[in-house]
Amino acid sequence: MMLFMLLFSRQGKLRLQKWYMAYPDKTKKKITRELVTTILARKPKMCSFLEWKDCKIVYKRYASLYFCCAIEQNDNELLTLEIIHRYVELLDKYFGSVCELDIIFNFEKAYFILDELLIGGEIQETSKKNVLKAIASQDLLQEDETPQSFFDDHGLG
Amino acid sequence: MAPVRGDGMRGLAVFISDIRNCKSKEAEVKRINKELANIRSKFKGDKTLDGYQKKKYVCKLLFIFLLGHDIDFGHMEAVNLLSSNKYSEKQIGYLFISVLVNTNSDLIRLIIQSIKNDLQSRNPVHVNLALQCIANIGSRDMAESFSNEIPKLLVSGDTMDVVKQSAALCLLRLFRSSPDIIPGGEWTSRIIHLLNDQHMGVVTAATSLIDALVKRNPDEYKGCVNLAVSRLSRIVTASYTDLQDYTYYFVPAPWLSVKLLRLLQNYNPVTEEAGVRARLNETLETILNKAQEPPKSKKVQHSNAKNAVLFEAINLIIHSDSEPNLLVRACNQLGQFLSNRETNLRYLALESMCHLATSEFSHEEVKKHQEVVILSMKMEKDVSVRQMAVDLLYAMCDRGNAEEIVQEMLNYLETADYSIREEMVLKVAILAEKYATDYTWYVDVILNLIRIAGDYVSEEVWYRVIQIVINREEVQGYAAKTVFEALQAPACHENMVKVGGYILGEFGNLIAGDSRSAPLVQFKLLHSKYHLCSPMTRALLLSTYIKFINLFPEIRTNIQEVFRQHSNLRSADAELQQRASEYLQLSIVASTDVLATVLEEMPSFPERESSILAVLKKKKPGRVPENEIRESKSPAPTSITQNNTHVNHNNKLNSNANANADLLGLSTPPANNINNLSNSNNSALLDVLGDIYGNNNAAIYNTKKFLFKNNGVLFENEMLQIGVKSEFRQNLGRLGLFYGNKTQVPLTNFHPVLQWSAEEALKLNVQMKAVEPTLEAGAQIQQLLTAECIEDYADAPTIEISFRYNGTQQKFCIKLPLTVNKFFEPTEMNAESFFARWKNLSGEQQRAQKVFKAAQPLDLPGARNKLIGFGMQLLDQVDPNPDNMVCAGIIHTQSQQVGCLLRLEPNKQAQMFRLTIRASKETVTRVICDLLADQF
Repeated sequence: MMLFMLLFSRQGKLRLQKWYMAYPDKTKKKITRELVTTILARKPKMCSFLEWKDCKIVYKRYASLYFCCAIEQNDNELLTLEIIHRYVELLDKYFGSVCELDIIFNFEKAYFILDELLIGGEIQETSKKNVLKAIASQDLLQEDETPQSFFDDHGLG
Repeated sequence: MAPVRGDGMRGLAVFISDIRNCKSKEAEVKRINKELANIRSKFKGDKTLDGYQKKKYVCKLLFIFLLGHDIDFGHMEAVNLLSSNKYSEKQIGYLFISVLVNTNSDLIRLIIQSIKNDLQSRNPVHVNLALQCIANIGSRDMAESFSNEIPKLLVSGDTMDVVKQSAALCLLRLFRSSPDIIPGGEWTSRIIHLLNDQHMGVVTAATSLIDALVKRNPDEYKGCVNLAVSRLSRIVTASYTDLQDYTYYFVPAPWLSVKLLRLLQNYNPVTEEAGVRARLNETLETILNKAQEPPKSKKVQHSNAKNAVLFEAINLIIHSDSEPNLLVRACNQLGQFLSNRETNLRYLALESMCHLATSEFSHEEVKKHQEVVILSMKMEKDVSVRQMAVDLLYAMCDRGNAEEIVQEMLNYLETADYSIREEMVLKVAILAEKYATDYTWYVDVILNLIRIAGDYVSEEVWYRVIQIVINREEVQGYAAKTVFEALQAPACHENMVKVGGYILGEFGNLIAGDSRSAPLVQFKLLHSKYHLCSPMTRALLLSTYIKFINLFPEIRTNIQEVFRQHSNLRSADAELQQRASEYLQLSIVASTDVLATVLEEMPSFPERESSILAVLKKKKPGRVPENEIRESKSPAPTSITQNNTHVNHNNKLNSNANANADLLGLSTPPANNINNLSNSNNSALLDVLGDIYGNNNAAIYNTKKFLFKNNGVLFENEMLQIGVKSEFRQNLGRLGLFYGNKTQVPLTNFHPVLQWSAEEALKLNVQMKAVEPTLEAGAQIQQLLTAECIEDYADAPTIEISFRYNGTQQKFCIKLPLTVNKFFEPTEMNAESFFARWKNLSGEQQRAQKVFKAAQPLDLPGARNKLIGFGMQLLDQVDPNPDNMVCAGIIHTQSQQVGCLLRLEPNKQAQMFRLTIRASKETVTRVICDLLADQF
């Protein structure tokens, strides 16, 4: 199973964190710090896999963002790379050519999409069409809702 | 302005922009505090907030939390959102709860209630939201609250596929924290049959769940194997258009394929059914064939997905370790990857090959790639790949290529990355020792290690070289000469001084004849390093000096001068001071004879596994690199690992160095010790001193134990381990003896002889297959025995094992676990028939009784277990006294069957047992009674 997934920028800013194991907050921060430093120090052509503590790290860079997953010893590294890719594809389809800013300003959407792809650290749905369908049906439910209030429109909310 | 999607919250976007515009950390904190104050007042204010506002503020809090700040309020508002009838509000509520789980308080009850409501919704989107939240929290609370609903959702006919998928993984998540959540019984087969579901997504999710369930209870879920094999076979042979959206870059269902291949790795052998096995092998071959086909796309996604399946198939092939043909093909395939341009593939190929190297079927194949692997170690740009190459070289090393591999590793060590040096040093040290045929080579390798990477040579490594030199006379002179030369270098590592000091102190006399290494030259050379060394090394050197006084009386005055210098305040270290004074006095007071006795040469260390291996294992807890070829399918006796405790002593070394240093320098057997060497048991240097004071008669051969069991370690000492596995049917028995050589040298003239007289053989006929006369270092051989019980007999055959070890003849006698009770067949009967038979067997010759003291403390469950292991049927509810144990059984011999009853009555007050045996044959009665007396 996947233990956690982190998204961070080239500057080391954490953009998304999803933990599939219960770690104390302190540990989460420590792990994040260590991994961000380790991965940013690596060169482009290097291997995407690392032995780290008792798990394996699989990471890949897309534009300015690093996607980094920790998996268990027996898990399949190559397919984890493709989970990352599938997630990127989904974000891309949803936001239309996704960029880092989309994920910053719509972080909640990024979480919702991830929840449709993975549950409890295991892949739930590998069909892109089906995941997009699930997300579309969520968005459909929101359409009836009335939009922002007057103050909000002026940034005063 | 920032991009915001349709339903986005503008206030949130503005806030995020503000944060991004902050020039400094302080400004950011200030902005956040302002926002927190604002939200707090909104939440506290009496004006009721509408759902949208609540959602927006909760979302802001979430954002602040994800930035790394603490959030201690807002939970209640988030929980309120859960019951909102607007989906987007509900969704944000769930997200907040999932990220900031707060399992305490009354909130959890409210949360569970909201989830319950949503689970019952007719809208699958709501149900899934609830399931995702349960999985995200995954606590025991959740497991307890939903242990009924979720399994039902999973197998019910009217659940939609999307919900089934979530339910399967949600259940898996809860199973991990609360294993009791999975219902047994008929559920098992319903869950297994999800593998046949039409919806690929459901099968994928269910396979993950079943994998976890199988790990816990392989037998119960064994039915999944056939389904998994046929599903896998169908996917692999499908064309990529068949599976539509489950095809990923022209690869049919890679995720499901990998999961199925992993599921099958839980069983070994995967299946007993020939048909299923054939289908599986065919499928694995297809996967290997596909690897040779030209790619259907140039995209890396295609090759990754395809190779992910391939690697997992290879994992399964390695795991089964039974199809030589597949193993060899796998190895060839990986060999191709070793020169692929993708770093990832090279890395994974090296890793998989490490496992192939340990299979007897593919070890030789792996060795064909040695050149490429050596190049990888030297040329790869990425240190993790180089490291993997080192691991593989280590795994593929055997007697044939050891010199070359060790040499290449030594060469590389000079330029190796700091991060992998220590591990490489350990590996080189292990390989050099394990495969040394000529110990001068071994000594050279270790001294080179110290020269090249002295800082990374741990205590264990140099302790070990000393042990080996002391134990091997033929190499002592060479070691002294080589270390003397090494010390000539202007700058040499402190570890070299330690080894040099020790070895010259013991064997300096062997090179003293040469004027270039005359006693005084040796002494001056060592002493020239003295001032550059740590106190611990200095202490060691002082001990070397006193040994020199014994070896070379002609330089006594020079040495006494040094002792004098250090026996006063000029030596700041109290330990050194004391040592110098005591040695000085010893050299003055003791006669030559006394001195010679006190400083006698070190005795040999008991042979045992190198402690270096334990260090290596400790360094890599997750992935212990191996250099052992698995003997496929032979039941090995428990592995031989002694001595991993001393590793921890290392930490004590600094605090305790001085006290211990004494032991190192002046170690002599206890009979002639002058210092308080007996403390050595808690010393950091336990390893160098070995267990020389410990018990050498560590041999365990408690044959009595084997009255009650058929398998285990029959005998063990520092040279040899003998494991036994046996099975019996009717009057026939089969015994496998496994001899393991624990030493670093071959045991020759190895010759087990059965001792069982011709007269006894008329009652129990034992046949023994011959074994090879040489038992290689570290190897294990098996010997088969068959036994046929013709008539009941007493006692058991003995086997006499003789062999030569390091030139000395060794001999042991060991009783075989072949007592007559092995031919018992347990017999079930009720109280009535038991007592009827009991009464029938009341003749004088049919009864035997013994009263004996119980082992302390009286252990009734233990006694029951022993009786079961003894081979008779333990009958419950037969004896009116529940503490009493009664048994029944039949001994099968070729000539007759002998019925036998047993009663064992404990007397708790007196701590005694009374044992009564009744059998239809007098000899049996006595033998059984004798065997069991005093056993409880």
